[in-house]
Amino acid sequence: MSAHHPAAPVGGKLFNLPVMICGLLIAAMFAVLFVRFIFGLGAVTNLNDGYPWGIWVVVDVVIGSAFACGGFSVAMLVYIFNRGHYHPLVRPALLASLFGYTLAGVGVLFDLGRWWNFWHILWPGYANPNSVMFEVAVCISAYITVMWIEFSPVFMEQWGLKVQKQKLEKVLFFFIALGTLLPMMHQSSLGTMLVVMGPQVNPLWQTPIVPLLYLLSAITIGYGIVLFESCIAASAYRREIEMHLLQPMAKIMLGVLAAFLAVRFGDLVVRGALGHALKPSLEAFFFWLEMACFVAPYFIVGTAGARRNPARLFVAGCSIMLGGILLRINGFLIGYDTGLGVDHGWNYFPSIAELLVTLGMFALEVLGYIIITRRFPVLPREGAAH
Amino acid sequence: MTSRRNFLRSCLAGGAAAASAVLPETACARDTLVRPPEGLGLLYDATLCVGCQACVAACKQANENPAEFTAMDKLWDTPLDTSGHTFNLIKMYRNGTMETKDSELNGFSFMKTSCMHCADPSCVSACPVSAMTKDPVTGVVGYDPDACIGCRYCVAACPFGIPKYQYDSPTGKIGKCELCRHRHKDGHYSACAEVCPTGATLFGRTEDLLAEAKRRLAVKPGEWTTIPRGRLPAKGETPEQAAQWKGLVDQSYQAKVGNYLQHVYGETEYGGTQVLKLSAVNFQKAGLPDLPPKSSAATSETIQHTLYGGLIMPLAVLAGLTWVAKRNVVPEDDEASKNQKGGQS
Ligand code: SF4
Ligand code: SF4
Ligand code: SF4
Repeated sequence: MSAHHPAAPVGGKLFNLPVMICGLLIAAMFAVLFVRFIFGLGAVTNLNDGYPWGIWVVVDVVIGSAFACGGFSVAMLVYIFNRGHYHPLVRPALLASLFGYTLAGVGVLFDLGRWWNFWHILWPGYANPNSVMFEVAVCISAYITVMWIEFSPVFMEQWGLKVQKQKLEKVLFFFIALGTLLPMMHQSSLGTMLVVMGPQVNPLWQTPIVPLLYLLSAITIGYGIVLFESCIAASAYRREIEMHLLQPMAKIMLGVLAAFLAVRFGDLVVRGALGHALKPSLEAFFFWLEMACFVAPYFIVGTAGARRNPARLFVAGCSIMLGGILLRINGFLIGYDTGLGVDHGWNYFPSIAELLVTLGMFALEVLGYIIITRRFPVLPREGAAH
Repeated sequence: MTSRRNFLRSCLAGGAAAASAVLPETACARDTLVRPPEGLGLLYDATLCVGCQACVAACKQANENPAEFTAMDKLWDTPLDTSGHTFNLIKMYRNGTMETKDSELNGFSFMKTSCMHCADPSCVSACPVSAMTKDPVTGVVGYDPDACIGCRYCVAACPFGIPKYQYDSPTGKIGKCELCRHRHKDGHYSACAEVCPTGATLFGRTEDLLAEAKRRLAVKPGEWTTIPRGRLPAKGETPEQAAQWKGLVDQSYQAKVGNYLQHVYGETEYGGTQVLKLSAVNFQKAGLPDLPPKSSAATSETIQHTLYGGLIMPLAVLAGLTWVAKRNVVPEDDEASKNQKGGQS
């Protein structure tokens, strides 16, 4: 393994503009949630019987957790494929994942109509192991715990708990293995959640191999988000971008992306579903948009020269993230239709209140990231990473 | 090092292959479930239905559901669709001048909307906390609000759009027809069938109802035949068994047979449903989905069990990952000494 660059707190003031904006957004979220818990889901959301799941489930949980795959994608690179030189990317990526998942877990509660029963899902007397959602819930809960364990050396370092840290590091490899397996399991299962909905999901997104599609796309999104985060963190903290790491990582990302695209198209051809993409419909339009976002990175960072340009890496990361968003929104919302002949006429578009909650959750993530990176050793020490 | 890579690669490849597998033929494959032999259900015959909505009112009463007002004057219960407070609704197919009943062209027809009590219900497979369950004997798909977490996966999963959530309440429940199972112990069968004046909604054992449906399909359209009302006595039913149910045994009357499509809806759809339907108007046009004989629950659970059955595959992958990670994770304090040894990549 190559040498690790020690991480260090970024330091600096905690009260600044971004933090205040986050604070405002979070306050707005709590106001909406107050109304939601007093008057019910109908009071603040546009959910209805034709669209029982809206952006709280699809964006906050399904997309949010895929965005939190940076930690898993990088950890896999470092510890499983033994690419130790990516090590400086591990902590920041893990931190973002930690927040993404923890908040996705909390966010589910807002959407549960009978939230006080939430523990049933982990209780043997109630659990239904045939349910894909049961599997997702168990894996995500376990993964959140594992990630806090994986991340805890950061706190131990800051608080000088040397002995505990050494003890933990002896067994950390097991948690890292678990922390690679669990997201693989539930990211694929997030896709499998569509299967039981049968013909209500457009054939462009309803396929028995949906677990593999969601898994591969989650891994690519993981790398995309690392590109995105590294560029943002570098510009926000006026630090140098870790180009020597991001360049080769972008190449790996393109490789996984190619596997994803091969499976995506192969599946459509084998099932004969490609015809649905040629109809003049909203679904077909969004399908091609999704495809465009997944293919664009080859044009943006396809050459070694292009990958030396940080702006291009950033845009490529965004493009992949957008593709991942679309794959999920398309499956769960655009391509979902109760479609019962005379029943037609259900519509869904998120209300302002729903959007405020999603924004508030996002603000919480950003706020947490800022506070922890400024006060705890997460990002590599400036000047050491060369 | 190379062997480690290869090991890992085959690990991942194994996982990927299984994930991608459209593996209905493996040991983990789960077939579409069939109706329990003694399963109870309803037979709805659209050609007999006169659209009086008596069943809708009876269903409201039997389930203590409030009226839903959508008209300005709030004179009576006018739900626009089934909902968390309306478990049964008679909907209408309309075309052109609407002159002829049970005609697709310039005609109209009715269709009952309520739970189909599927043999292999998507809602039961989806529910993470076993709040939706299928009774092994009666096959009734019941709901337990005390178990339910309100995730609404059942709502999203049901191909008939049946379970509905009460969005207007902070403690909203799922509402759906449970075949009036709470009335069975007092000898009352489904309220909708009990009040139906024409026998368009008939209660009984699904197998008997299916035989009755086929009998009607076999009669020439326009010919007179006997139509039972209320409850269809089970084949070979003893007097004791009959006494289990309240109400007149024989309410049958003579009626002309409709011009049916030769299809009992629910006989094979998704492995069959316990509520069966007859119609003279195309079922899709009347609002029922076109479903294959294989249930989505079977596909979903096959994938699920192939990947996680007995946790064999996850544990195998975990073992592989742990083995690899143990070699690659270097405690940070003695990483300097290890640097010399493993310097690859
Ligand atoms: S019709 Fe829907 S709610 Fe009723 S049993 Fe079938 S899947 Fe469940
Ligand atoms: S809403 Fe309730 S009954 Fe429906 S799937 Fe969720 S927990 Fe089960
Ligand atoms: S069986 Fe009972 S609950 Fe179901 S539709 Fe008929 S009256 Fe309503």
